Amino acid sequence: MNPVISIRNITKAFRKGLIAVDDVSLDVEEGEFITLLGPSGCGKSTMLRIIAGFEEADSGSIFLAGTDVTDFPPYRREVNMVFQDYALFPHMNVAQNVGYGLRVSGVPKDRIARKVEETLALVELADKADNRPSELSGGQRQRVSLARALARDPKVLLLDEPLSALDANLREAMQVELKHLHEKLGITFVMVTHDQTEALAMADRIVVMKDGKVSQCGTPADLYDKPANPYVARFIGTANFIDGKVMGADDRVVEVQAGAEKLRIARVDGSPASGDVRVCIRPEKLTLVANGVSPPAGENRLSGTVDEILYHGANARVRVAVDGQDPMLVDVQLKSASLRQQLPGIGSPATVCFSRSDAMLFGEDRDR
Amino acid sequence: MTTRARKNPTTASTIDRLVERFSSMSLAGFAVLVMTFLYLPILILVIFSFNDDRSLTLPLSGFTTRWYVALFSNEDLLEAIFNSFYVATVATVITLIIGVPAAIALDRIEFPGKTLFRRFVLLPIALPGVITGVSMLNLFKLMGMNLSLETVILGHATGLVSIVVTQVFARLQRMNRSVEEVSADLGAKPWQTFFLVTLPNIKTAIIGSALLSFTVSFDEIPVTFFLTGRDNTLPMYIWSTLRRGITPEINAVGTLIVLGSLVLIFISVRMLRNPGN
Amino acid sequence: MKLSTRNRLSAAGILSLPVLWTTVFLFIPYAIIFTYSFYQKQFPTFVPAFQFGNYALIFTDPQYVQVLLRTAKIALIVAACALFLAYPFTYFLVFKIKSPRVRLMLYMAVIVPLWVSYLLRAYTWKTILGSEGVLNSFLVMIGVLDQPSDIFLYNQFSMVVTLTYIFVPFMVMPIYTSMEKIPRNLIEASKDLGVGPFRTFLKVTLPLTTPGIVAGATFTYCLTFGDFIASFLVGGPDGLMVANVITSQFGAALNWPLGSALAIIMLIVVLTIISLSDRVERSGRLDLA
Repeated sequence: MNPVISIRNITKAFRKGLIAVDDVSLDVEEGEFITLLGPSGCGKSTMLRIIAGFEEADSGSIFLAGTDVTDFPPYRREVNMVFQDYALFPHMNVAQNVGYGLRVSGVPKDRIARKVEETLALVELADKADNRPSELSGGQRQRVSLARALARDPKVLLLDEPLSALDANLREAMQVELKHLHEKLGITFVMVTHDQTEALAMADRIVVMKDGKVSQCGTPADLYDKPANPYVARFIGTANFIDGKVMGADDRVVEVQAGAEKLRIARVDGSPASGDVRVCIRPEKLTLVANGVSPPAGENRLSGTVDEILYHGANARVRVAVDGQDPMLVDVQLKSASLRQQLPGIGSPATVCFSRSDAMLFGEDRDR
Repeated sequence: MTTRARKNPTTASTIDRLVERFSSMSLAGFAVLVMTFLYLPILILVIFSFNDDRSLTLPLSGFTTRWYVALFSNEDLLEAIFNSFYVATVATVITLIIGVPAAIALDRIEFPGKTLFRRFVLLPIALPGVITGVSMLNLFKLMGMNLSLETVILGHATGLVSIVVTQVFARLQRMNRSVEEVSADLGAKPWQTFFLVTLPNIKTAIIGSALLSFTVSFDEIPVTFFLTGRDNTLPMYIWSTLRRGITPEINAVGTLIVLGSLVLIFISVRMLRNPGN
Repeated sequence: MKLSTRNRLSAAGILSLPVLWTTVFLFIPYAIIFTYSFYQKQFPTFVPAFQFGNYALIFTDPQYVQVLLRTAKIALIVAACALFLAYPFTYFLVFKIKSPRVRLMLYMAVIVPLWVSYLLRAYTWKTILGSEGVLNSFLVMIGVLDQPSDIFLYNQFSMVVTLTYIFVPFMVMPIYTSMEKIPRNLIEASKDLGVGPFRTFLKVTLPLTTPGIVAGATFTYCLTFGDFIASFLVGGPDGLMVANVITSQFGAALNWPLGSALAIIMLIVVLTIISLSDRVERSGRLDLA
């Protein structure tokens, strides 16, 4: 099947030489919910605006359902966008807003009326048809802008930080609602966000962007379990890093000298086998062993001092200061009171252990 | 008792409070004087337009409307009024045709020489009318054009474009740009976006600035002075009769002008203040 | 067609008319008077030349020097008078009137005359100050004067009164804007800190309203500098302004090169003042409504 959006080597620089999008290529399959994720200034919004046709790329092309639309103005592209600030027409009521896209294409009035009614019902705003945007709440405006974009039955719905203007509770409710809407309509959603939890909760596939480039693209699980670089590892979830140097490697294990400790890390495809490296471990993959208790055999260990404990109900996040490295964050399950009592106190020495297969190894040059 | 005790002020703040009260009162008195200064002359104009005496002296000698009646039999005056309407109307239409696109260009198009263009468009608002008048007089003479009401129209339009530009530009700046993008995104062609989205949002600014332009053009003297031919506009007619001396008729026509101007200005100010919906 | 090409085409469409208009009716006319200012007068009109005789004449002939100095002086006095009237008035409006509606109404009441016939507003002062005018007859009526006096009209005093009257709204507008921008709690805070009202004014209000004062002074000064109507209507023999001389050069005196040179000088003076005050403060812009 052809991808519904095909982005080929898109590059866009703004004046003053600032590169917003740097040679991005990406295919979006029909029906997918894809998220462009990254901090502000990473080029994700610009990419979305290039897809919509508001910005023109310096080079590269965009295909929508197989058609090259690179030189099409926005009004000739069969995508519709939901804006961050909703951008409702202040001089029209809700029904007129929703029907606008049909009206400008010359759709007969009765058909517009039917479609408006149908779309408003879809977003549960049927009773607000005659209201002005100024009379609606933030969440309702959001739905109107959604309905307005959907009324034209676009192939692709683009969403530019659609939930960022909503308060926390409403945002979560809208996440669920958007997800349901996506399943119900079966059209492609491309959403831009800087919020990793939002991306993880909603997307089938996440494109992590940094400095205008695609850092990694994959399912939420892929990005979490197999981040392509420390940047992604840090952006999706929490990660600990240990800097070291490769001392030796065989087929299965890479040996890393980190300060005084020697670490043995499982070798996978693409693991660096020489030079400076960063070892990356998720907090939940670490075990904390109090002094005097013998650590599990065969595991890597780093000794340090507990300097902070944050309780989150059933588990705790313990920060351990380790000589010559950044402090390590360790998630500890506290399923029973006895486990809680075994937790070393602040200031007491402790050992952090992890198995060789739970660590990931990045070369220094891959720190993007 | 407790309240009074708690509120018992220190000496310093009592003085401060007295100073403040005194300054408030003297400021209020001063404000009344300023308002009197501003409106007494207009009031005098209106009162003497109904005074039954040729000379404009106190005491008042009686109420009459004969100066108003006289106006309507003064053919030169009626013609001047008609000319002024003609000039102001056409000039206003031109200011809109030039000013609205100019404001749009200044708001959203980047082009070489933009700063220079902005300076030139806005120059007449800052420069004395005499410069606009003299420089355009030179142009028309050079082009071999005869001075007429039409040259006056060109002069007014040039001088007043800046009013439309500043007002429409200010409104455009306040307008949410993404509504236009939404419109394009929803399939509207550029002209549809302009008429269905942009125009309704800047409509009141356009009407407001048009009314202002009209009022100013209707009363304009410095530019008209240089560019008019044999036909007089109303202010030029008043100007020429003033040289012959002051008459109550002028007070009457002045009263009517003030009245008309006030109405137009109030409408236009309302339009310019409220951003539409 | 590339998107950028399309955008450029529509931009050209929007721009063409305004740019054409500005070029023909603003740029070229200014260029013409600039050129003419170097031409030479020759009866009955003038001949092309490139000489500085017109400028030299203006700066050496005491008659013109005097007119320039007088115009500058009257403009300065008018700006000062307008400031004297406008500042306390606006202060009262912004800080003493509690109801925003009343405040806006009074503000409007000051601004609105700006758009009412300039000529008529100048003319009323002729009727008020004249020897057969309202003021004289009033003073005679109440017995202050035995007979009408002619000291009120046809001198620089009457010009200053008239011009101040006409241009005072231009002073109120920017000062009002600058005062409205001052956060109320700033003044409250100053008072809370035990600073007296007068020092609060000197340390807080006045510095924050300086941009408005500068803008207002610029408007009133420049507008007065270019005025010729007050002089015509209420000015006396010592009331000739630069604009009047320009008018006569293009009229009876028929010396267009000299008139052009004077217009260029006026243009330079006005633009210099505007750009100077612009540099002093970029806020306090003129809001026409």
